[in-house]
Amino acid sequence: MLFLLGQIGSFTLRQLSEMGRIFLFLLSAVGLAFRPPAKFRLVVYHLKTIGVDSLSVVLLSGFFTGMVMGFQFYYSLRKFNAESWLGSAAALSLLRELGPVLSAFMVTGRTGSAMAAELGTMRATEQIDALSSMAINPVKYLVSPRIIAGLIAMPLLTAIFDVVGIFGAYLIGVGLLGVSSGSYFAGMDTSVVFQDVYSGFVKSLSFGLIITWVCCYKGFNAPPMATGVSRATTESVVLSFVLVLVWDYFLTSIML
Amino acid sequence: MIRVVDLHKSFGNQKVLRGVNLEFVSGKTTTIVGTSGCGKTVLLKHLNLLLKPDRGGVLIDGTDITKLKQKDLYEIRSRFGVLFQGAALLDSMTIFDNVAFPLRERTDLNETEIQKKVDDRLEQVGLEGMGYKFPAELSGGMRKRAGLARALVTDPEIVLFDEPTTGLDPILASSIHQLIARTQRTFGFTAVVVSHTIPQVFDISDYVAILANGVIEEIKPSNEFQESKNPIVQQFIRGETEGPIQVL
Repeated sequence: MLFLLGQIGSFTLRQLSEMGRIFLFLLSAVGLAFRPPAKFRLVVYHLKTIGVDSLSVVLLSGFFTGMVMGFQFYYSLRKFNAESWLGSAAALSLLRELGPVLSAFMVTGRTGSAMAAELGTMRATEQIDALSSMAINPVKYLVSPRIIAGLIAMPLLTAIFDVVGIFGAYLIGVGLLGVSSGSYFAGMDTSVVFQDVYSGFVKSLSFGLIITWVCCYKGFNAPPMATGVSRATTESVVLSFVLVLVWDYFLTSIML
Repeated sequence: MIRVVDLHKSFGNQKVLRGVNLEFVSGKTTTIVGTSGCGKTVLLKHLNLLLKPDRGGVLIDGTDITKLKQKDLYEIRSRFGVLFQGAALLDSMTIFDNVAFPLRERTDLNETEIQKKVDDRLEQVGLEGMGYKFPAELSGGMRKRAGLARALVTDPEIVLFDEPTTGLDPILASSIHQLIARTQRTFGFTAVVVSHTIPQVFDISDYVAILANGVIEEIKPSNEFQESKNPIVQQFIRGETEGPIQVL
């Protein structure tokens, strides 16, 4: 019994100290982001890797998500003779929920995993030690620009996902299933308010932070070996997904 | 002058350093030898505090760097150059950009000055005209030379060499040793070399120290080291499996 309690205690202490390290890592990265010299060039570079390079997968997933929603909402709304609310239902779902969450998943899979693998490899091949030995703070050089880029890119990608998704639902609803174009947009116009857009924006912003923070932490602290890098990559993706969903629940309950 | 005082370091239950005491003479080359896995690299990484000791100190010109704040530690680190075991070149950059990197990040030199300095260093290590290549396009020996160029480009006072010839053929290893000796004479830095390639390291070293059982068992001028009566030194030099150093 004592052994079991000891194991539980030791596990809890390990988890708490890991959480402490993760938060200190974030504080350090954010603090260093505001310390000169600014790394604009690196932020722009990571905007490309996080934003531009994720664009195709976001466009594709947004479009197909919208088309599926077109079918599903039409099927549900038809039962209540409310097909004209298709545009409204699609827009609200995308703006408030699916846009931020699904684009966060896409970015995690496309860029977050690559981020963790890259930093993990840099750890394993002593490149991070090399930065420290050259008197260059590796967190400021490698992590802070990625977090800033994530904060900028994620809301933009989400906005693109939303627009493409609404277009996808429009193609199915109006083009295929015969909902009138006027009612599709009119419903959207009356039901979508600023709060809906704002809620999606706040979610996407915080998801951008979560993804870059978690993936950078896992990669940066990966054990310096091949299995360490692969484990860090997997953990970064799984933890990002879980945190995005948990945080989404909290934000939704606050901002509903 | 670098002085290591009663340095202890453990990883989990494994005690790697058990009270290392050692002095590195300024402007000279000191080589630390020892069996694989005895803690040479761990000791080297304490000299510029890439690893933090559990106990003990590292004094540079009398200042214990283990007690410095991060900002002051970076000041101290800027006096070092390091050649890592695998060269540790940033693989997203060309060789030129790798060598120019510490100058761009840490100095106010303009691009023309940086270009000249980087070209000079690349020429000194025999890599002139190779600056446009990426690390993955170079052989192991060329990567080491590029790493050496990067370590030297800021004119450091102290240069740490971590197993500079590991994985190289004897001819290439010899050329790297000569390069280290030549650059040390040219620039006059304090060199600390971690290696187990004997007897070649004796030719480039002023002093040789042997690390065994977590402590420095012997340090002597290079020419006297080989004649040492210390059984640990003799076992290591002769490569014997039986003796005070437990291999397996």
